[in-house]
Amino acid sequence: MSDGPVLAADGTPLKRSLARALRREKMRAFLLVAPLLIFIMVTFVAPIADMLFRSVENNIVRDTIPRTVQALRSWDSNSDELPPEAAFSAFYTDLVFAEERKLHTRLGSRLNYEKTGMSSLFRKSGRRVGRFDTDEYSKAFTGLDAAWEDPATWNRLFATGNTAMPETSDTYATWRAVILENEDDPLAEEPWDVLFNALYRDLSNGNAFDDPLLSAAKAGLGSIEPVSIREQLVDVDEDWEDPEVWKTIQTYAASYTPGYFLNSADLQLTGEGVSARPENERIYIKLFQRTLFMSLVITFSCILLGYPVAWLLANLPARTANVLLILVLLPFWTSLLVRTSAWKVLLQQQGVINDILVWSGLIDDAGRLVMINNQTGTIIAMTHILLPFMILPLYSVMKTIPPSYLRAAKSLGATNWTAFWRVYFPNSVPGIGAGSILVFILAIGYYITPELVGGTQGVFISNRIAFHISSSLNWGLAAALGTILLAAVLILYWAYDKMVGIDNVKLGG
Amino acid sequence: MKLTTTILATGALAISASASFADGHMADELTLVSWGGAYQKSQQRAYSEPYAAETGVSFTWDESSAEAVAKLRAMNEAGNITWDVVDVVAADAIRLCDEGLALEIDHDEQLAAAPDGTPASEDFGELIVSDCFIPQIVYSTAFGYRTDLLDSAPTSVCAIFDQETYPGKRSLEKRPIANLEWALICDGVDISEVYDVLETEEGQARAFAKLDTIKDDTIWWSAGAETPQLLADGEVTIGSTYNGRLFSVIEEQNQPVGILWDWQMFDLDGWIIPAGLPEDRLARALDFVSYATDTQRLADQAKYISYGPARASSAPLVGKHADLGIDMAPHMPTDPANAVNTFLFNYEWWADYRDDLDAKFQAWLAQ
Repeated sequence: MSDGPVLAADGTPLKRSLARALRREKMRAFLLVAPLLIFIMVTFVAPIADMLFRSVENNIVRDTIPRTVQALRSWDSNSDELPPEAAFSAFYTDLVFAEERKLHTRLGSRLNYEKTGMSSLFRKSGRRVGRFDTDEYSKAFTGLDAAWEDPATWNRLFATGNTAMPETSDTYATWRAVILENEDDPLAEEPWDVLFNALYRDLSNGNAFDDPLLSAAKAGLGSIEPVSIREQLVDVDEDWEDPEVWKTIQTYAASYTPGYFLNSADLQLTGEGVSARPENERIYIKLFQRTLFMSLVITFSCILLGYPVAWLLANLPARTANVLLILVLLPFWTSLLVRTSAWKVLLQQQGVINDILVWSGLIDDAGRLVMINNQTGTIIAMTHILLPFMILPLYSVMKTIPPSYLRAAKSLGATNWTAFWRVYFPNSVPGIGAGSILVFILAIGYYITPELVGGTQGVFISNRIAFHISSSLNWGLAAALGTILLAAVLILYWAYDKMVGIDNVKLGG
Repeated sequence: MKLTTTILATGALAISASASFADGHMADELTLVSWGGAYQKSQQRAYSEPYAAETGVSFTWDESSAEAVAKLRAMNEAGNITWDVVDVVAADAIRLCDEGLALEIDHDEQLAAAPDGTPASEDFGELIVSDCFIPQIVYSTAFGYRTDLLDSAPTSVCAIFDQETYPGKRSLEKRPIANLEWALICDGVDISEVYDVLETEEGQARAFAKLDTIKDDTIWWSAGAETPQLLADGEVTIGSTYNGRLFSVIEEQNQPVGILWDWQMFDLDGWIIPAGLPEDRLARALDFVSYATDTQRLADQAKYISYGPARASSAPLVGKHADLGIDMAPHMPTDPANAVNTFLFNYEWWADYRDDLDAKFQAWLAQ
């Protein structure tokens, strides 16, 4: 025997050979799960991540009106004065291009979430922006020199950027891009008024120009009547004179905003910072609390009702148990809407249960019970709908508890109750854990049943999420609410793991 | 080398094939989006079945109109538009058009003229509320009441606030639109001033205070089928819903229910074509829409459901119900006898105030 490392049959050290074999094994295992993993990443994790990202993403303002965002940066929003004319002019330029690209109303709807009236303000201004008095500039400049009418002039002067004329060069670049997007030729398209507006501004600001055409235009500037963009906008709608409008744009100019999350917590982001929403608009914290509370109540009702059923299923002779199991599964296969509507028929004031109670004389006709369109209705209907999710895990765990345990306990002198409570129940806890997690997580995200039977007091946070996704189209707020809900579930799951231990959860065998 | 040639040849073939498709060829399939239920059935019988019989086109129906804006936005972001023609309410059409998600239509150029030669834009008149919107029907949100459970038939919408004369529960839609208007009208505000009043905090408080008087007696619905069911079961004595639903409760199911037309809120429903369709599908969609919104076809739809055709020229052609054989004209929301006091859903105003008032409405409900 030598003292060297142990060698494998092919002469390599055994350790390395083993590691290689192990690596190959792991690789093979990974490749086997790879299709599913990739599938889940692409169809499940990525869309969710994308949706959650929308809760902070706010590029729309900066992308749609970049010049305005830039110009408002130096404006002191607390001064109670309107932004300078340069900001108005920048906004005019942005609006012309946004209107052409049909982006301005989208921005209007976005800002309308923060300040009422922005939606129509943007739509109205977009409709009018093509008819501003800036055509006076176009007429005046082409009157000075007909070369200004020629797209080639603009291309020659500004296509490569002109440091003395920054605004015009910038506007021309965007104009060119817009023309190309429309599949038109920038060398054939008549220059728009917005270009002349930029030209006028650059010429009034600068002094030395390298091109004779520009110098001549500068010399003729005195004869041109300036057009106030501010007046033009105010003429469209007086709201442009309201500093709050500009404050809102400035506040939401950043690419990422905490606004949606603040909104989810009944707060709001204004020019002055974070403040509470007015009392008559606070709703989300109340809904979150209600959702958690009612989901817990539903989970406990499911345990109470499901435990005896599961016990029966596990302990009856197979024939009877199978019939019972079908009875448990039958509603499971019935449409959710049918089951929810059935509860309406049963629980409403003119419904079956009230009719029977009145008929039997237990209550009189005027005192019919209100059991639906409130929290009671939601709890009853959802407990029924989620019950199979509690019974099935409980049943499969109880099935594995040997009956001999109970017999042993009893033969050692335990009463029925002690045998159940000290022996049987602890063995069934993993089933309760699995069932509770299933029911609770399903309940917290439910929205169809609460919407139909919840009335005003039984609706969940998911109803608001659904509303913001499909009706108000405020996807940012929906994403923020969803993120909070997801975080709440994860925290509860973590707490459950700490207290009970997730290893104690069994879905079966 | 040979392989490359084959690939190139196949590619060229594919390109020339698609080019020839684009050249006036129309797709053989149409995916239509609508609301399902009796309304979609009426569209199938009046529009798609005769169109299919004439052209052999096969139809796929998607019952997604309620989420049309959200889904079209998602389709647009994903760059894969699977719908050809979408039935939406006017407010959604305006939003879709604003966002560039719907195709702008030249109504005179792309839609059929009336039989007497009146161009489509005049025939539809003011109902063209957006450049993308092809109007189809006028429907209204009105009230149904139990004729046997109330001592007298209500004649004014303010009956919903009068618990003494008209006892029992009410059902109202779970959104601020229309409810706030009715509250103010019944609080003595003139219809011409309703929206001015609602713009102020005091006006909003006033409307909510009026609704407060019946809040505990109201069941709030979110699906159009709820009020008919609640009325039929006697769960409520008076409730708002779409007039077509009330027609079916009264005439088809013979329930003891009457319609209260006072201050019904008109709304429009029609087609839009998603922006960015490939040429062959677009050509087919335009052809179908032109067919389905001509004077005769719009009048035909009124045979199956009691919604008013959007063309002025269709009104005289409205006849009898296809199965019941009753005259449909008196059941139209636009019938002069029914349209004494009405208002049209104020699209522009609600576009501004929807976010704000909805938050307030929900907070008020949850109180």
